[in-house]
Amino acid sequence: MVLDRGFSYLLLLAFFFLILFSTNSFAQDPSDTLAPESVTNVDAFDTPNDNGHSITVSWELSSDDGAGKNNVVVYEVYRSDSPEGKFEKRGMVPAGENTFEDQGAKEKDNANYLPSHKNFYYRVRAKSDGLFSDSEISLPAYAYGQWYHTGKTPVLVAVILFSVFAITFITLARKGKLFYIRPLAGIEAVDDAIGRATEMGKPILYIFGLGTADMIATIASFTILSRVAKKTAEYQTPILIPCYDSVVMAVAQETVRAAYLEAGRPDMYKEENIFFLTSMQFAYVAGVNGIMLREKPATNFYLGKFYAESLILAETGSIAGSIQISGTDEIAQIPFFVAATDYTLIGEELYAASAYLGREPVLLGTLKGQDWGKAVVIFSLILGALAASFGFQFFINLFRIQL
Amino acid sequence: MHPSPDIGIWIGGLLTLGIFSFLYGDNPYYKFCEALFVGVSAGHWFITLFWTVFIPKLLGNIGIAIHTFRTEGFAAGMSDYMHWSYIFGGILGFLMILRLFPKIGWISRWSLAFVVGTTAGYYFINYLVSNGLMQIQKTILPLTSVGNIILVVGTFCGLIYFFFSKEHKGAFGGLARVGIWFLMITFGASFGYTVMSRMSLLIGRMDYIFGIWLGMIR
Repeated sequence: MVLDRGFSYLLLLAFFFLILFSTNSFAQDPSDTLAPESVTNVDAFDTPNDNGHSITVSWELSSDDGAGKNNVVVYEVYRSDSPEGKFEKRGMVPAGENTFEDQGAKEKDNANYLPSHKNFYYRVRAKSDGLFSDSEISLPAYAYGQWYHTGKTPVLVAVILFSVFAITFITLARKGKLFYIRPLAGIEAVDDAIGRATEMGKPILYIFGLGTADMIATIASFTILSRVAKKTAEYQTPILIPCYDSVVMAVAQETVRAAYLEAGRPDMYKEENIFFLTSMQFAYVAGVNGIMLREKPATNFYLGKFYAESLILAETGSIAGSIQISGTDEIAQIPFFVAATDYTLIGEELYAASAYLGREPVLLGTLKGQDWGKAVVIFSLILGALAASFGFQFFINLFRIQL
Repeated sequence: MHPSPDIGIWIGGLLTLGIFSFLYGDNPYYKFCEALFVGVSAGHWFITLFWTVFIPKLLGNIGIAIHTFRTEGFAAGMSDYMHWSYIFGGILGFLMILRLFPKIGWISRWSLAFVVGTTAGYYFINYLVSNGLMQIQKTILPLTSVGNIILVVGTFCGLIYFFFSKEHKGAFGGLARVGIWFLMITFGASFGYTVMSRMSLLIGRMDYIFGIWLGMIR
């Protein structure tokens, strides 16, 4: 096909205009070709309430952040140990944010080490796509640790309050004041359960669960074990304690040994009855289940920290025909114990049980002190709910903790 | 049906059936699997602790301290207290080993007393914050919706239930009963939720047996 010359020129002209207009239509906004305005008032200061090794940098946003050319994408923060020195990038925050915490490591051999008590200078770079503008250099700032964390003042007040309650009631208990403690069904049943084992001539199985010796539930369980072991010594009933943790085993051995000594039957104590099984959850369960089915204990105690094994253990104990007393502060496992054992100590009842059984002034006084603490909590709760309803922010802020 | 040719899968499958045989009752197959499981796990745990705690935490850190001492001199070496402090843990651990000797085994009680005493004190603060103050903070809600009212009343009555030094009688007892109702409803919901998650574990085992091992399902 051959086009005539006039039509060809016309096509060329049209193509020229097409290129011209399309170039104009895709032209960049002039604001995109300009760097954003720099940030102002860069301020560097020690990060409060920490152990040092951290400096916080704040600044006033660029006038092109959210307004003006509106082209700020990120702010990059740079640090140097002298105003003339080389500035190193320490991090960045997205547009709209005006603080950055330069968190360094406290170990000298760490690449990110940030020494305390050494001056540093900061500069903030406002960045758009490929373009940027730097701020003025900040005044020097150094990091240092604080001895007192002001954000944890409510914790200090609570500790003092609870300690005063506990010490007061322990002192009163030591002077002979008798405190009432309401009966707990699970603990009332302890003596009967041990008596049953004695009558049947079968052992008692005591399980701490998967807790380690540093857990409060395990520590409470040691106190209960002391009482149970004393009874078993008096009734001459063997007690078996397969342990998940070696330290728990050692403490349990000491506890039972002391209880047998107290009961005047140190000859009855058998260390081999308190033994380490394994520290793997379901292997431990398999082992304990085997013991339950072979030894057929008359009574099973599950007191301590329990996880997914709780129902498996309790069901097996039920199949073995044992009387079962359980207690844990692990909220997710309490339902299983409630469903599958005869008596359950719910949460804090486990802690109270040790005081109830021991009847020692220190434990009774502490329990009474705890109740007073709960009274303060309830009182604060009611006042707080009313304050929140009527918008009294001051009262609500009293309980705010900065961790 | 396309059973796996992998011997490891077969061992896993047979051991799974061995543990499941407990549902029938105590039997030699279960006893074998149980003994194997307990023995292997205890041995595995010992080796794991040895290589993840004893070697890197104790020997590793003390080694760094000794290295600092030798390369940077006495003052720098002694000021590296972070690494030296691991010796304290090592001594406590050593005292525990003395339990093996009956005549001086009582010394191990020092380690036990340290562990139990310090952690009890340490957790006192943690529990006070998480179970006390945070609880108050999260429960301070405006009584402007049914959900908030239930939350505040439930917490209030729950706390009343956990009063041990007052008899649960009269109005106080009534509030405690409401508290235990709240607790039981919560436990019921938690029970259902956890049972469902256990079902997923069972499905996982079934998938292993019938899928990975026997190749009956895809």
